[in-house]
Amino acid sequence: MSAMTFGKAINTGLRKAMEQDPKVVLMGEDIGRLGGVFRITDGLQKDFGPHRVIDTPLAESGIMGTAIGMAYRGYRPVVEIQFDGFVYPAFDQIVAQMAKLHYRTRGMVKVPITLRLPFGGGIGSPEHHSESPEAYFAHTAGLRVVAPSNPQDAFTMIQEAIASDDPVVFLEPKRRYHDKGDVDESLAPGAALDMGSARVAVEGSDVTLVAYGPMVKTCLDAAVAASDEGVSVEVIDLRSLSPVDYGPLVGSVKKTGRLVVAHEASRTLGLGAELAAEITERCFYHLEHAPVRVTGFDVPYPPSKLEFHHLPDLDRILDGVDRALGRTNSLSGTEEEA
Amino acid sequence: MLTGDDGAPVQLLSPDGQRRPHERYDRLLADLDSDDSNALLALYEDMIVTRRIDAEGTALQRQGQLALWPPFLGQEAAQVGSAHAINRDDFIFASYREIAVAYVRGIALPDLMKQWRGTQNAGWNPFESNMAPTQVVIGAQPLHAVGYAMGVQFDGAESAVITYFGDGATSQGDVNESMVFAASFQAPVVFFCQNNHWAISEPVGIQAHVPIGLRAPGFGIPSVRVDGNDILACLAVTREALEHARAGHGPSYIEAVTYRMGAHTTADDPTRYRDANELEDWKGRDPIARFEAYLTGSGILDDAGRSQVAEKADAVAAAIREATIHMPDPEPEELFEHVYAGPHAVLERQRDHFERYRAGFAEHSNHAPHAALTEGGH
Repeated sequence: MSAMTFGKAINTGLRKAMEQDPKVVLMGEDIGRLGGVFRITDGLQKDFGPHRVIDTPLAESGIMGTAIGMAYRGYRPVVEIQFDGFVYPAFDQIVAQMAKLHYRTRGMVKVPITLRLPFGGGIGSPEHHSESPEAYFAHTAGLRVVAPSNPQDAFTMIQEAIASDDPVVFLEPKRRYHDKGDVDESLAPGAALDMGSARVAVEGSDVTLVAYGPMVKTCLDAAVAASDEGVSVEVIDLRSLSPVDYGPLVGSVKKTGRLVVAHEASRTLGLGAELAAEITERCFYHLEHAPVRVTGFDVPYPPSKLEFHHLPDLDRILDGVDRALGRTNSLSGTEEEA
Repeated sequence: MLTGDDGAPVQLLSPDGQRRPHERYDRLLADLDSDDSNALLALYEDMIVTRRIDAEGTALQRQGQLALWPPFLGQEAAQVGSAHAINRDDFIFASYREIAVAYVRGIALPDLMKQWRGTQNAGWNPFESNMAPTQVVIGAQPLHAVGYAMGVQFDGAESAVITYFGDGATSQGDVNESMVFAASFQAPVVFFCQNNHWAISEPVGIQAHVPIGLRAPGFGIPSVRVDGNDILACLAVTREALEHARAGHGPSYIEAVTYRMGAHTTADDPTRYRDANELEDWKGRDPIARFEAYLTGSGILDDAGRSQVAEKADAVAAAIREATIHMPDPEPEELFEHVYAGPHAVLERQRDHFERYRAGFAEHSNHAPHAALTEGGH
């Protein structure tokens, strides 16, 4: 067990995967000598060479498309797209090509590609550097979408994503890259929990609060603050966005009767909408209140001086918890449904 | 190193079927020119048979047996000629129109039709044939070819990759990105552009202001324009390009100047956008007529040979028809198969619900699903 940053945990996981399987190759812009703009691939080209850690031309669709060709040839490409907002030029290769190839060929072509995507806001970047595109990918059949929230998960989940025979969109919460946490490097991928599983991060009895990626830490803070006010919040770290592991959610909501979902992404048709609908279907007679969403607004990602109004913070989450509890909240006295 | 041949497409057969000697390319046809008339007849047979497959596909679509068919009438020389240059361990990434390439590759006849019948999205095992399932999204596949070729290179293998696309695809970012990657990594890949002059209703002039083959040198990729209706020229330039790739000299580019004499697909009506005189002009350059004139003039093909090949074409067409009209619909459960390589809990729940739903009809077999009364019947 050693303390390491989130970023270093991914780096260590990548190194381990590359050592274990010579077919694992890294592809992306600036990932070689520079080690990536976030330094996640730091030192890997030096140790594995330019054919294992490939500095590609500056062409996102080109990176994804050639990775698919590499997969045809038996490689396991790990692609880094530099920022969330730059993934859109590669959209066809991700959702129409990578996601569908296994289905189209009735399983004859495996597409074990891991798409590493630093996502989310909170780092004061210019536009196109802070997006939350997860719903596009979670909406696409054939893709797995996961988002670790802490260094230990980052370390094991990246190895699982690479080992998966399915294409995995691996969302890295970039504002947590420098957060430190304990990482047990001897922990084999999937030994504690596989990447498809949700995790009860904190147990509680009054409200179920669900989040993933960068929002998990904020929700854990909110749970502490709520407990100071006498409210017991159970925080669930979703970890996998597709498929969602509903077991722990259903179990929790049956216990608490109340669901709050928090994410940075815009509200309309975001993952929160799906979770609210599914939990309502599965837990209708256990619910004491309609599921509540605390999300980014339906606006383009704002300039950085406004982003902390856009991103759900501890107080907005607590406000959502109050709503789920029917307590006085920011919408009290209004027609919430209007 | 390939060069651009002063802009005039390489031609080894004149339009009236005379063999033209060529300093650079004769070497590549030495086996055919010596005495191997069997190889020449094989080319001829594949042209005749694939034209017949094309006609049969169109007819089957008109009869409601296929959902759609993309004719390649007029492109037999480009497809058959180039395909004959490809070695067994070379890999092919083609578009949906390269049906003659797939046939030459040895794809089983029913497998050619599954995609168009709608029983499968892709008809064959890419690793048995070393040919990827054909691509519908315009210009997406050259990137896959380049990635595969990079893998060939990293593996130290001595094979090559060829990718087919049309003139419309050359406007796509992916095709241009694929050339950047291919040149930067010197990937062993051949870009084979069939300039058939029309991207549905858009003439090639909307895609390119200069001959398409001239673009590749700007990426650092040697390029050649070839008469796409001259099967010997198509075979020779493709052999050269694949040799170039296998020898570790990197990518190259072929623009085969040909013409789509039919519609874009059976859903298209070219009379709305295409001048009839243009079509007549290109009919005069028919790739099969040209090759047939050459073979007849050389004494390689006679009436007996012609009828033998026609019989083969009849047999293939009959086999395709038989396979198509008796092709079973997939089982409903196949809907859910192969979406993922591993288990996916959410999808498995949906599959489970669907199976229960269907089982409900089985329990009450006197009640057919309403949908069957209005939809889905043939």
